[in-house]
Formats: sequence, structure tokens, C-alpha cells
Amino acid sequence: MKVDSGFLHTLHLGGEFDANLCMNCGTCTALCPLGIELMPRKLFRRVLLGDKESVVGQSETIFSCLLCRMCESNCPAGIHIAENVRSLRTYLNHEVYGLAEA
Amino acid sequence: MPVPIQSTLGMLGDNLKKRHSALPIGRKAAIGWTRGLDIPRGGETVLYTGQMWQMVPAINAMAGRLAKYEKSGSTRLFGFARSMNKLVNLTPFLARSTPAERKAFDDRLRNIARLLQAAGVKFGYLYEKDLYSGALAYDEGLDENFSAHARYVYGVLKEAGVKRLITVDPHTTNMLRSVYPKHVPGFDFEVRSYLEVLAEHTLPTRKSLDRSATIHDSCVYARYEGVLEPPRKLLAGSGVALAEPELSGKLTFCCGGPLETLFPSKSHEIATKRVEQLKAVSPKVITACPLCLANLSRAAPADVDVKDISDYLAEAHLPAEA
Repeated sequence: MKVDSGFLHTLHLGGEFDANLCMNCGTCTALCPLGIELMPRKLFRRVLLGDKESVVGQSETIFSCLLCRMCESNCPAGIHIAENVRSLRTYLNHEVYGLAEA
Repeated sequence: MPVPIQSTLGMLGDNLKKRHSALPIGRKAAIGWTRGLDIPRGGETVLYTGQMWQMVPAINAMAGRLAKYEKSGSTRLFGFARSMNKLVNLTPFLARSTPAERKAFDDRLRNIARLLQAAGVKFGYLYEKDLYSGALAYDEGLDENFSAHARYVYGVLKEAGVKRLITVDPHTTNMLRSVYPKHVPGFDFEVRSYLEVLAEHTLPTRKSLDRSATIHDSCVYARYEGVLEPPRKLLAGSGVALAEPELSGKLTFCCGGPLETLFPSKSHEIATKRVEQLKAVSPKVITACPLCLANLSRAAPADVDVKDISDYLAEAHLPAEA
């Protein structure tokens, strides 16, 4: 795994990525209507670790989240999961797809 | 082969920037529903549709087309389509709907406006200035496109002298009530869903429906905006006995609608799952969002009747339209 120390910094510029309080309980994964095993706890852990390459490699998963907030409403740590996913989309649109122009 | 994310979102962003809509549908399709309703132009309180209901027939047509592309694998044309779309609006070719489909959705807007009129609520309409909220661009993380569009909408509302907005779908309600104030300095309009407004008024009763049905809460109304009681109160007042599905209220299960554009097959899978859950309680399903209505209807078998809440309210409280 290659750690990119600037990854989280760039993400913060786009939005408020907040997953530090995640205790990896798995409630989110268990409740996801899509049954996405990676989302959101494992993915967020990779983000916090600065594993940019593996996060970018999961762009399809990131864009397939329904933003339905089933996980978020039941998260015991109160993490703003949907907003975090949106931050990742904004990052991908900027840094990978070149869709930043207004 | 999946629908290409980059080109599809690129087209969405380009449309919002150039044409102030995710799916530019043309003036007639956007405001044709108002015919004969005598809704005054403008005013301090306006019914704001954000074109959501009007766009659904086009979204349906496009979703069908994208699902075919997804299956056939002929998605390489998307890059070309995006570059052409910058010059000529390709939407009418990508998203061609029929007059019957458009009428079915326009009728819901007519019913909503007529219900508000019947309840004695005074409101106007902005007609061609009733613009899309940019919800999809926001959800997909196209933040620059979204922010520029939101500021544009704010300018239009201020110039029209609007103070209060009555919205007709959960997505526009959420955008204008909870998202715009964070992105547009000075955005201070009062925003309420028509369900919240109607629930505070007395509607004339024409007939009690005396039937049972189940309700599908929209994720956005239930978990983003906390609109849970108004639809239940209105349905009870119309003589509908609600049987709640196992996953209901704050625990509602998504209709799959948000994935229609990029992942049509997954979207259909989720909708099918949700229809099964609802069918277990009642064959009559009531939605309160145009996207939930469209997505669940597509997945519903013939013996499941999916209708919008406004269909029930109109039947109970309004005379039939000639």
C-alpha cells in the first residue's frame, strides 16, 4: 500500500470528510440496501490511511451509493456518511475525471 | 458494460451550466401542466416544482435507453455524445417520452395545485422561471456546477420577490430547505413541502376512500427532512387505513431511484426488492416522490398498484377534472 499524505488534505478542501470516530462496528455494512461490503467503513478506513490508489480504484462503488442514509441514521458514532461519500465523488470528479469547471 | 461515469456526469454538468437543467425538457413540457388552473404569476408565496415531476417521463425514457446501452456494451458513443451535447441539446433524442406518459405526471402536479387551492392556500407560480434545483449534480459531487446553478436560482427567486416556497417533491424540498442555505449566502426563503402545508389545513371531503394501503416513505423525506407525519395524517383524513411495511418511516428502504442513470440494472434490483417488501403488506402502494413512483412502478408486477399520495388525496377531496 502506498500512502499519499496529501490525499486527506485535498478531500477536506472539497468538503468535510469525517470518519475519525468510526469504530468499525459494521452496522453500516449490515444495513446497506446494496449490500456493498466495502461501504462505507472499509472504504473510509482506506481514506484515513491515505491509500489513494485503492480508493480511486473503487470509483464505481463510490458512485453506486444510493445516499439513502440508512447507514447514517443508524451509525452509533454519528458519522455523516452520505456527506463523506459526496466528498469522495467531488474528489473523483476533480482529480480523476477532470469535471471541475463550473 | 457499465454506463461511463465521466461522460454521463459531464453531460449532466454541461446541461446545468448551459441550459439550467439536468434534462432540458423545453418550455411546453415544463409549464404545460398549469393550463386552465389560473395560477397567478409570481407573488410572495409560490408553488415551486423544480421541474421534477415534469422531468420524470424523460428520465424514464433515458433510463430505458441507458439500460439497453448497459446490456449491449455499446457505451463507447458516450464520449462523442457529450461533445455533441455541448453544442446541440441532445436530451430530446436520449430521453423521448410519449404524450400519455407526460399527461400522467402533469396530472399529479395539477392535483397538487388544485388541492392547495381547495384548502384555501394562496400561491403563485414562476412559470418559465420555475427552475430545476440541481439535486442530481449535488448528489453526484459536481459541486462547482451545482453551486453556480444554485446562485443563479437564488438570483431568479430574489428578482421575482419570492419569500416562501411550497415544494412538491422531497428532493427539491431538501435542496432548497437544507442544502442551498449552506451554499448560497443570504438564502433565507421559507421552504415547506405541500404535504406539510396541506396537513395544517382542512380539505373539503367529497368521499371517504375506505380502503387499506401501504406507504413507501421516500428516503429524503424520512431521513433528510423528517417529513413523516403529514402524509399519514392526510391519508387518515381521506379514509385510508395504512398498513406500515416492516421497513418504514426512518427505517425506510430505498426505491433504487438514485441509481437509474449510472447503474440501471442495480436500480431495478433494489426496486424489485422494495416492491416485494411492500407487497407483503398490501397490493396498494402509496409513494410521495416522483422518482420513487417511477422506479417502483417499473418494478411492480401487474397485481401491485403503485400510486402517488396526490392521487388518493385528489380522489377523496377534489371533483374529477372534465
